[in-house]
Amino acid sequence: MSVTLTQRSDVTVTRSELEDFLFYEAALLDAWELTEWLTLFAEGADYWVPPAGSSDDADPANKLFYVADDYFRLTERVKRLGKKAAHVEWPKSRCRHLVSNVRILDGTDDSFRVTSNFVTYRSKNGSTEIYLGHHIYTMSLTGGDIKILKKVSFLDVDNLNDQGKVSIII
Amino acid sequence: MSAIKADTIIEPYVLENRGQSLFQVNRRVFVDDKILTLEERRIFDKCWLYIGHESELPEPGDFLTRDVGGRELIFVRSQDDVVRAFFNTCPHRGAIVCREKQGNEKMFRCMYHAWAFDLGGKLISRPEDERYHAEGGDDIHDLVSVAHLENYRGLYFVNFDEAATEDLSSYLAGAKEFIDLTVDQSEVGMEIVGGTQEYGFDANWKLLAENSFDGYHGMPTHTTYFDYVIAAGGQLGDAGTRVNEIHDLGNGHAAIEYGGPWGRPVAKSVAGWGEQGEADTAALRAGLERRFGKERADRIAYHNFNMLIFPNLVINNIMAVTFRTFYPQAANKQHVKAWALAPKDESKIMRQRRLYNFLEFLGPGGFATPDDCEALKMCQQGYQNLNYTAWNDISKGMGENSQITTDEEQMRVFWREWDRRIQGAEK
Ligand code: FES
Ligand SMILES: [Fe+2]
Repeated sequence: MSVTLTQRSDVTVTRSELEDFLFYEAALLDAWELTEWLTLFAEGADYWVPPAGSSDDADPANKLFYVADDYFRLTERVKRLGKKAAHVEWPKSRCRHLVSNVRILDGTDDSFRVTSNFVTYRSKNGSTEIYLGHHIYTMSLTGGDIKILKKVSFLDVDNLNDQGKVSIII
Repeated sequence: MSAIKADTIIEPYVLENRGQSLFQVNRRVFVDDKILTLEERRIFDKCWLYIGHESELPEPGDFLTRDVGGRELIFVRSQDDVVRAFFNTCPHRGAIVCREKQGNEKMFRCMYHAWAFDLGGKLISRPEDERYHAEGGDDIHDLVSVAHLENYRGLYFVNFDEAATEDLSSYLAGAKEFIDLTVDQSEVGMEIVGGTQEYGFDANWKLLAENSFDGYHGMPTHTTYFDYVIAAGGQLGDAGTRVNEIHDLGNGHAAIEYGGPWGRPVAKSVAGWGEQGEADTAALRAGLERRFGKERADRIAYHNFNMLIFPNLVINNIMAVTFRTFYPQAANKQHVKAWALAPKDESKIMRQRRLYNFLEFLGPGGFATPDDCEALKMCQQGYQNLNYTAWNDISKGMGENSQITTDEEQMRVFWREWDRRIQGAEK
């Protein structure tokens, strides 16, 4: 499967290209290479984690999200996680991001939406937490590069009683 | 963690020596199952416990299910517009009657044998009703109401103790003043925004009681948050007020009151909100002044407070307003529920600022709360050594003429009340 942008018939991206991109993103997150990870986002991008069990149209204007970062705060989040004083992630937890079920949802004028399922394991201090759900990305192609305009990570769980926090990028 | 045998508990649990300005808490109170059982009987079975806010049930028929103090409850606004609380347990053979988190219904029907109840809890139908001939009280087949349900300014509390003699208003004592300071932000009332955050972690519930109004840990635990505030255009020291006080509010409730560098969607702007933010907060402040006069308006606008209503309702009126409850699942594990409160008539932009503020500090994805949870987990883990190092020190500020928010008097207020109740002492 592939998607062609309606305004730019010359621009086509295939699912396997997108999978490569998402697997690369997961590898950066597993390695805690967050500064590099941030370069996958376009300036002005958003990163959201709606409350557990939310539907795909959840909106931070009227729902109490866990994370509703604009680009500034996302940048600050990355800076924070690079510091030793981000106590919850120091010493760093070990993480594995598994990504599957990649599908292209739709394309618009100059962006397209991609979904994937995820299971992310976070292990620290003798316990392992499991985050599971699906991502919906809005992406664009800029000069041949895929850039994330928005990443929304939906946690398909009842609540965070077992995980306690969203202190990693999931 | 290895269990501590009940017969190894060493009293006292709380030691206060005013002469030596020393206040200590026995670390066993965080790990011991016998203490947990005492807490269930002498605290959670006896105290007024927060169940929810009136705005969560705006219309007749609205309900939500919530566990409060280890009980599964239905919190509902009946057709007659009366707010009620029932045990969510079928009088037939005990199944959970209402299995949804929230909704609007005309009746509740148990899934198991289809007994149906109206929103007043009355049994209205059941299959093969003609085959029941039991004599007894009229109500033995109805949903059971909790013993007491009362509200103060829209905040509903339950009390499971049939014999409770103290009503909510007198129980809340001085805490009412701080509820007023929060609710008075709006002329038309406050509302819970965007649902309930639910998260859990491995630490005794009393550690979160302490942490929720611990002014001493702010800088060391949350430096990354303060870095962020500065990056976002806030200025440390730019507080709008010099207040720095601890209040003993009676009955184990306490609050710290202080200025802070962040913007308050009530009526304190920060550089990051721009000229528009200045104009918006000036208008809000003028409204407060008209209603309350300058002094109280300033207090509502500028003063932050973190309050604990004994045993476990936190109201933090800071860069946003949060309510929080937390209950033990075990001595070393708790479940937290957290909410955001906002004026019903808040402008769209101010609501945005409020929720943006909330998420930058609070909740499972905030820049601060996860570090708090980590600190409390580290304490819990440290208590494995309690046979060798048995006491927490809560003495900061003792022997001083006045208490400031980085002292620990507010925690001593909590612990004195906790100890009094656990010892079964009269007031
Ligand atoms: S248990 Fe509810 S109807 Fe039987
Ligand atoms: Fe904190």
